[in-house]
Amino acid sequence: MKQNAFRAALPHTIPIAVGFLFLGMSYGFLMRSKGFSVFYPMLMSFFIFAGSMEFVTVNLLLSAFDPVRGFFLALMVNARHLFYGISMLDKYKNMGWKKFYLIFGMCDESFTINCNVTPPPDVDRGWFMFFVTLLNQIYWVSGATLGALLGYVIRFDTKGIEFVMTALFIVMFLNQWEERKDHRPALTGIGCSLLCLLVFGSERFILPAMALIILCVTYSRKQR
Amino acid sequence: MTTIQMLITIFAVVAGTMLTRFLPFLVFPEGKTPPKYVSWLGTVLPHAVIGLLVVYCLKDAVFSPYHGLPEAAAAGFIFLLHKWKRNTLLSIAGGTVFYMVLVQNFFK
Repeated sequence: MKQNAFRAALPHTIPIAVGFLFLGMSYGFLMRSKGFSVFYPMLMSFFIFAGSMEFVTVNLLLSAFDPVRGFFLALMVNARHLFYGISMLDKYKNMGWKKFYLIFGMCDESFTINCNVTPPPDVDRGWFMFFVTLLNQIYWVSGATLGALLGYVIRFDTKGIEFVMTALFIVMFLNQWEERKDHRPALTGIGCSLLCLLVFGSERFILPAMALIILCVTYSRKQR
Repeated sequence: MTTIQMLITIFAVVAGTMLTRFLPFLVFPEGKTPPKYVSWLGTVLPHAVIGLLVVYCLKDAVFSPYHGLPEAAAAGFIFLLHKWKRNTLLSIAGGTVFYMVLVQNFFK
């Protein structure tokens, strides 16, 4: 049963493997270039396992000690997980001990696969989702570790490498734009965020932006 | 920061992240159906959040000396590359390298 599920899950994770190895390596490399030992990216990629927040945490670790700010920043940056969780309430039902790990490892990519892919009828769905999540996490942690190790050996000007995260989100945005006919949610996301950025400044615009997004999509739902 | 302070910071980030992942499952345990509005939000919001993340990444660029010019150029490059090849990884890698060349040579 497990083998079957593993074989079904693996092909879906291959694109993620390439992406995570690349992104994870840039992350590990970035941390190494800021002077952290390889254990930091290893630890952080395993326990935080939320790419964008890990990049943000690099900056947190380099500024003054303020764990409360770190906690709330993590809440805000990762608030989208709340919506993932709401979408997965039904699919993660009755998964026993696997449920804990499925939730722990619910990154954007694992969520996307587990939410959209229906495994073949002879494959156990619980194990399928478990392997999707596990494989993705293995790719990510390996990438981060490998990148940090490479950082000990290779030296080059890494200025601007953090743009890899921006590039990732821009491409995700473009992909989604082409897949969906209704562009209102995407436009709402960009519009509300830009507006709040200009009004509240870069330090505290995320919460108001999220509130405004929820208000706007709710309003447009009532209109229909 | 000392090593202990760093570990505490990382722990705080882990705690915040895990709260966002586990909270919906704690609020709506198995057998309890979430309100229709909440389920509906779950289908719409992931699409709006990516826009928020793009802006989040660019938030400091807007107020920088170049007002986001290299970022905008790189975003435009990614857009064209992605229209042309439609290869997610190529677009990410190409856009990042393009940006690095810009900020290392032209926007110092």
